[in-house]
Parts: sequence; structure tokens; C-alpha cells
Amino acid sequence: MSLWEYANPVKFLRLSERVLPALWVFAGLCVATGLIWGFFATPDDYRQGSTVKIIFLHVPSALMAINAWFMMLVTSLIWLIRRHHVSALAAKAAAPVGAVMTVIALATGALWGQPMWGTWWAWDPRLTSFLILFLFYLGYIALWEAIEDPDTAADLTSVLCLVGSVFAVLSRYAVHFWNQGLHQGTSVPVATGARTVSDVFFIPLVICMIGFGMLFVALVLYRTGTEIRLRRTRALLARGARGA
Amino acid sequence: MMPELGKYAFEVLSAYGVSLLLLAALLGLSIARDRRARADLRHAEEETRRNG
Repeated sequence: MSLWEYANPVKFLRLSERVLPALWVFAGLCVATGLIWGFFATPDDYRQGSTVKIIFLHVPSALMAINAWFMMLVTSLIWLIRRHHVSALAAKAAAPVGAVMTVIALATGALWGQPMWGTWWAWDPRLTSFLILFLFYLGYIALWEAIEDPDTAADLTSVLCLVGSVFAVLSRYAVHFWNQGLHQGTSVPVATGARTVSDVFFIPLVICMIGFGMLFVALVLYRTGTEIRLRRTRALLARGARGA
Repeated sequence: MMPELGKYAFEVLSAYGVSLLLLAALLGLSIARDRRARADLRHAEEETRRNG
């Protein structure tokens, strides 16, 4: 069995309908457990006080905001190279999810930054690259809506996605590229494992990160199914109009 | 029982409120759009069957 089999819309829908119930339950359990644990059962940080509880929303949403764009990059490349419609529709389905994750990261960041930095916003490399990433999400969604022919829309949005990937990379590594600004480096560096977060915060944080990841996957599968159905409806209506 | 959030209660509660609201809206809109898409597809398939 090959992964490319799921480029077939019928097979994709069959698979997604089979895995989605379990994914929703797993994602819901992880998000609820992580957030309830983080909000109710973690102590205040000795410097940041109760604002440390914002980490359970800010870090997972920021992570998914960037990863959503990379998922869109991969599916856009698959569209450009192999012309599988499902991959283009998956990228289209992921964009609003990524945009919402970016807004959550920006909003929770501002709410965290105000008491800690004394400002809601600063033109810091990471914050600015995140804002630009959000604008790319909006542009990507608008471009899909603006072009009537779905194949042309998929082509142009794929190119936009390639360009926007620069900002997705910058959002992730801005702190390392420019060693300045208010935003700290990552607290949970996956590559080095040298995390600066104590276990009391780290465990619920990881549960939230897994939960947001699973929620993203579930939402993208679900929304891709919607896009496949809309595309099929358009095809049937067009066939009916030609036959009339 | 609500944890003691001290002087940062507004920031913490707003962060949770805004985030959960946005996630709920995303989920709600996705479900509404999918239901509409399923209904439209059913209708289009019936039309196609009727017209041969």
C-alpha cells in the first residue's frame, strides 16, 4: 500500500472518516487535560507570577502556526510536482487553522508581554516575523477565494506558500538570526534537549502541544473532506449545466 | 476552585478566554461549512441522477 493511494479523494474520505472519531477524542482529551492541569494545578513562577499559565496556550499555538505553514508547503509542492488535487485541497483546508493558531499566538503573546515587558507589542524579530506570517495566511486565503478556476488558484497559492515559507522559517529562528529583541529563545529546544522549563510546567505543556498537534490534524482532515465534497458538487453542477 | 491569579488575573483569564473562543469559532464554522457541503453534494447527486 502506498501513501499516494490517498491522493484518490474517495480513499482519502474513507480513511479520514475512519480515523477522525478517535482523533477528535484524543485531541480533545489532550487539550482539556493539558489546559486544566496547566491552569489549575501548576504553581506561579517565581518571576512571572501567574502569567506563566499563558505558556500552555502560547507555545502550542505558535508551534502549530509554523508547522501548519510547513504542512501547506509540503502539500503545495506535491500539487506542483504531482498534480494531486487532494494535496492542494489539504493546503487550502489548513490555512484557516494556521491563521487561527497564529492569532492565538499573537494575542496570548501580547497578553503575556504587557505585564512582563511593559508593552503589548514590540517590533521584535520574532513578533514581527509572526505578524508577517499571519498576513501571508490572510493573503493565501484571499487568493484561493479570489480565483475562480481551482487549478489556477492551487498553482498561485502554492507559489505564495513557497514565498511565505521564508517567514515561517524566520518566525521559528528569528531569535537566533538576530540576537536582539524582547522575545526569549525557545524554552523547549527539541534538537539539544536543553530545556529551561521545570517539569512542573513541562509535562502539561507537552500534553498541550500533543493536543494542539492532534487538533490540527483532525481539523485539516475534516476540512479537507469538506473541500473534496465542495469540489465534487461544483463538478456535478458544471456537468449538469453542460448537459442542459 | 479558581486558582489565585493575583494581579495578573486579567491577562491570564483574557488569554484563556480569547484562545478558547477562537478555537470554538474555528470548530463551529468548520462543522457548519461541512454540513452545508454535504447537503449541497447530496442535492447535486440527486439532480444528476434525476437528469440521467
